[in-house]
Amino acid sequence: MLAPLKWINDYVKIDDIAPQTFADMMTMSGSKVEELIEPGKEISNVVTGRILKIEKHPHADRLLVCQVDAGSGVIQIVTGAGNVREGNMVPVALHGSSLPGGVRIKRGKLRGMESDGMMCSSLELGLEEEDAVHGIYILPEDTPVGRDVKEVLGLDNVAVDFEITSNRPDCLGMIGLAREASATFGRELHLPEVSFAESGERTEDYIDVEIKDRQLCSRYAARIVKGITIKDSPEWMKERLTAAGVRPINNVVDVTNYVMLEYGQPLHAFDYRMIDGGKIIVRSAGDGERIITLDGKERLLDSSMIVIADTKKALVVAGVMGGENSEVERDTTTVMLESATFNGTAIRMASKKLGFRTEASSRFEKGLDPNTVIAALDRAAQMVAELGGGVVLGGAVDRYQQRKEPWTIDISAKRINRFLGTDISEEDMVRMLESLGIRVIRDGGLKALIPTFRADLENEPDIAEEIARLYGYNNIRSTLISGETTQGGRTREQIIQDIARDVLTGAGMYEVITYSLASPRDFDRVNIPSDSRLRKVVRIANPLSEDLSIMRTTLVPSMLEVMNRNYSKKIDGGMFFEIGKTYNPLDDPKEKLPEEDNVLILGMYGGGDFFNLKGDVELLLNRLGIKKYEFVREADNPTYHPGKTADILCGNSRLGIIGEIHPDVSERYGLPEGVYIAELDFDMITRMSELGKKFKKLPKYPAVERDIALLVPEDVMCSQIEGVIRRTGGALVESVKLFDVYTGKQVPEGKKSIAYSVVYRSDSGTLVDEEVNGLHQRIVEAVKSELGAQLRL
Amino acid sequence: MKEKLMAIREEAAADIRNAKSSGEIDSVRVKYLGKRGSLTQVLRSMGSIAPKDRPAIGRLGNEVRNEIEGLLKEADESLKMKERGEKISSGTIDISLPGKAPQRGAKHPLTQVLDEVKEIFIGMGFSVVEGPEVELDYYNFEAMNIPKDHPARDVQDTFYINDEVLLRTQTSPMQARYMEKHQPPIRIIVPGRVYRSDTPDASHSPVFTQIEGLVVDDGITMGNLKGTLDVFAKGLFGEKTRTKFRPHHFNFTEPSAEVDVSCVICNGKGCKLCKGTGWIEILGCGMVHRRVFEMCGIDPKKYTGFAFGIGLERIALIKYGIDDIRLFYDNDIRFLNQF
Repeated sequence: MLAPLKWINDYVKIDDIAPQTFADMMTMSGSKVEELIEPGKEISNVVTGRILKIEKHPHADRLLVCQVDAGSGVIQIVTGAGNVREGNMVPVALHGSSLPGGVRIKRGKLRGMESDGMMCSSLELGLEEEDAVHGIYILPEDTPVGRDVKEVLGLDNVAVDFEITSNRPDCLGMIGLAREASATFGRELHLPEVSFAESGERTEDYIDVEIKDRQLCSRYAARIVKGITIKDSPEWMKERLTAAGVRPINNVVDVTNYVMLEYGQPLHAFDYRMIDGGKIIVRSAGDGERIITLDGKERLLDSSMIVIADTKKALVVAGVMGGENSEVERDTTTVMLESATFNGTAIRMASKKLGFRTEASSRFEKGLDPNTVIAALDRAAQMVAELGGGVVLGGAVDRYQQRKEPWTIDISAKRINRFLGTDISEEDMVRMLESLGIRVIRDGGLKALIPTFRADLENEPDIAEEIARLYGYNNIRSTLISGETTQGGRTREQIIQDIARDVLTGAGMYEVITYSLASPRDFDRVNIPSDSRLRKVVRIANPLSEDLSIMRTTLVPSMLEVMNRNYSKKIDGGMFFEIGKTYNPLDDPKEKLPEEDNVLILGMYGGGDFFNLKGDVELLLNRLGIKKYEFVREADNPTYHPGKTADILCGNSRLGIIGEIHPDVSERYGLPEGVYIAELDFDMITRMSELGKKFKKLPKYPAVERDIALLVPEDVMCSQIEGVIRRTGGALVESVKLFDVYTGKQVPEGKKSIAYSVVYRSDSGTLVDEEVNGLHQRIVEAVKSELGAQLRL
Repeated sequence: MKEKLMAIREEAAADIRNAKSSGEIDSVRVKYLGKRGSLTQVLRSMGSIAPKDRPAIGRLGNEVRNEIEGLLKEADESLKMKERGEKISSGTIDISLPGKAPQRGAKHPLTQVLDEVKEIFIGMGFSVVEGPEVELDYYNFEAMNIPKDHPARDVQDTFYINDEVLLRTQTSPMQARYMEKHQPPIRIIVPGRVYRSDTPDASHSPVFTQIEGLVVDDGITMGNLKGTLDVFAKGLFGEKTRTKFRPHHFNFTEPSAEVDVSCVICNGKGCKLCKGTGWIEILGCGMVHRRVFEMCGIDPKKYTGFAFGIGLERIALIKYGIDDIRLFYDNDIRFLNQF
């Protein structure tokens, strides 16, 4: 809401308050200032002057020497602009003046000729971004000499742009804002005095009004002004509207806009000639009904919208925009003025459906006070008669059945102080409320009588807010919460997530955070089969784009995108992880919400292999106290390389999957081969994690170490060999460590050489050589017979 | 016998003098004092001398042994000193060669700021709880006192799944969910993702993170709200930070406020970040609306409370001086490794 301060000053005296102070204090009392607009802020000491005489500069062809009457005396100014003529009125920056951009003008000499100031272009005055008209800004002939140019050009029209929240439609007018200013600065509010003569003819003889549905329109009032002349509004009106951001049109339309800006109540003017049957009907539009609005566009209406019609046709989309068929024209002599209250929701929906908002609709949609209708209508009738030279007919037609009455709220100063944590006296509270137009009745307790334009005030906390904002939020003392102490903290899930982050960043990985909105095309890109459960998704009905139209069920695509983004910036390699959610619709149709599951994904490209990532996973699982997990070959997941992928199992539970991304998928994401990903079910990990730590006694007896080197068929997996060693060795085997795997020269085709170091230890005594040798021999035999291994010497 | 001992003494002393390394000293030790060393041999043959001579020879033998041991120790020490000196003086390295650091990783900057925020509130007795992102319209709007068709719904551009289900536009619905299940005292913060249909640009993201706060108890005041958020602002932005509470409007709080902090760059003097005002808006807050309490089964006559909502990206942008919100979601390593 753009409010020129001069306009506000009509109702409450604020012209002695510095604009910045005004803006700051209004913000702090609850009317938030978006912007303070001071066009002439940087201009000082620039006045209007008349060019008396122009002569050529004696030493420079392109310069002119002008004698200028600047009011305080005739001064000499040298200029390079060629557009000036003797007798022109021009803006003159005197010695010691300032211009926008921090420019200071001083007396000086130009090629030896004294110059006492500067004549200004519109660019130099900051009126335009670019110098459209080259040369000095020529003012109208009749401009008086020696006046402050800011005044003459309207550059002293300081305006404040307020952000009005949806609960305060009363502040969508200058009077409402003036009331706030009056409460903020403790100054008296003066409402406009409205009075005009009425002719002997009665309005009701000219027009009848029928409201078909009171739910749509709680009040409709009309007046008629006859014998007017449509013309341009006077300058003061044009200037005001322009300063408030509204384009002047003609005297009648300008009055309706002026009164809307003044009272916050939108009005509409009809050409009376165009109202068929002398009757206004407020009704729902018919489905498929059409109307051409003032902007010349045809609009298709439906039954949820309200129209103002006559007996034959729709005239106006109520509360949104007028129709071309009843527009005030140059030859209009009789106008009907409308002031009404429409259902806010209906107006909001209509303006949404039609795809445009107007000054009127943005006010109506918030729900206006029906008790402002007549004041605004009368004000408009008065002004139309004044500016258009017509007469107002007697009385108004006013359809208003269910009167809205003021209501009361019981309040107590003690309760309000306890709620705010303040110590404000009852007298002060009463004074603050009355400054807002809220009367306080002492009736045993206190009752606040709420004026109908403050529909937002419903209960005591609302009143507390009025008091708090006028008292000043920043005067409320900050205190810490007292009372029962609470034991705060993180949940187990959060603690485990935090540990995971620590472990993984410690292992050199970067945490990433990606959008949970995804594209349905992702599934094909990562080879997810068409019948996969992952394709059952939560779909957004009104997405920004197809690429952000579903809630993800897998984090693989976003991880690949992260890697692609880095790789495409010539970053050789990287390791990443994300802990994020997937959103999985449930099969039960009664479940409206999907299951939100936590997933940990690790990704790696550009160096490192399966075992690097496997090591990271193992490090994490070990740290989280998850034991007995195993990696089992997985050759059937099409996202992954069939020979380099494993499921991670723990008992009967599947913790996740790890592997190299299928080269086709890597290619689709513009990545080289050798991209590794692990996906882990973090909810499962959270359930299985055992963070409790228990001390195990340090070994008392020495260990015996034996190496074993084997030649095994290539398809024998390391985990099989280790399994045989552990099973055969039993409790005496403390650890089995792989220290060499080799294929190539000196190893026969189809075989691999593999070597372990086995540590034996007993916790009941020192092992003797014979014992260990026997056991080790049995292990060697078992590996040979079970896995077809040969001992390598 | 005596002569033999004297000869060993002379011989050993000479060998020790000639030894050039601690290794040679060890050989000398073995040569004389080892199991088969010459002195050991001599002493072992004590049985073959006359009993009356034994005490004197024995004493002499021990003397010689002690003497040799003494000399060995002395020589050994001085040689070791010398050797260490030589090793040190030849062991100079170029300390300007680069260090061998392990591969570095880092938590995402949003996680790091969130961790700080959590720490501050946990210290004040808050619990950290989470709630669903795909949410019922009821919790996101209606329970927050924003009925259907309310203009406030227009302000938040909402992604809908269907008439009843949407992507939450704020973390506030968790207020209602939590109050339905817990009676006061309540002190929680709720971090989580929220969604608005804003096209991504330098200051908008359709996915972003909020941290909701809720405190409900007997006798909670607006002064408590201010005190709590003061502690938060100082904890996150530094002890010198000042806060400013401006009246505002939210449907689920009354009174409501927006909170500014003194600019972290210029400390209030006015700079580019704060657009010359000296203040930066960081959050919205207020006293929990009565109707919200009623809808969640909390008695508004008995309890009062406050709530606040902090935009995590916003405070991270301010804290680190980042100028584009999209950087958080691009995950460029050159960005991530700065934190």
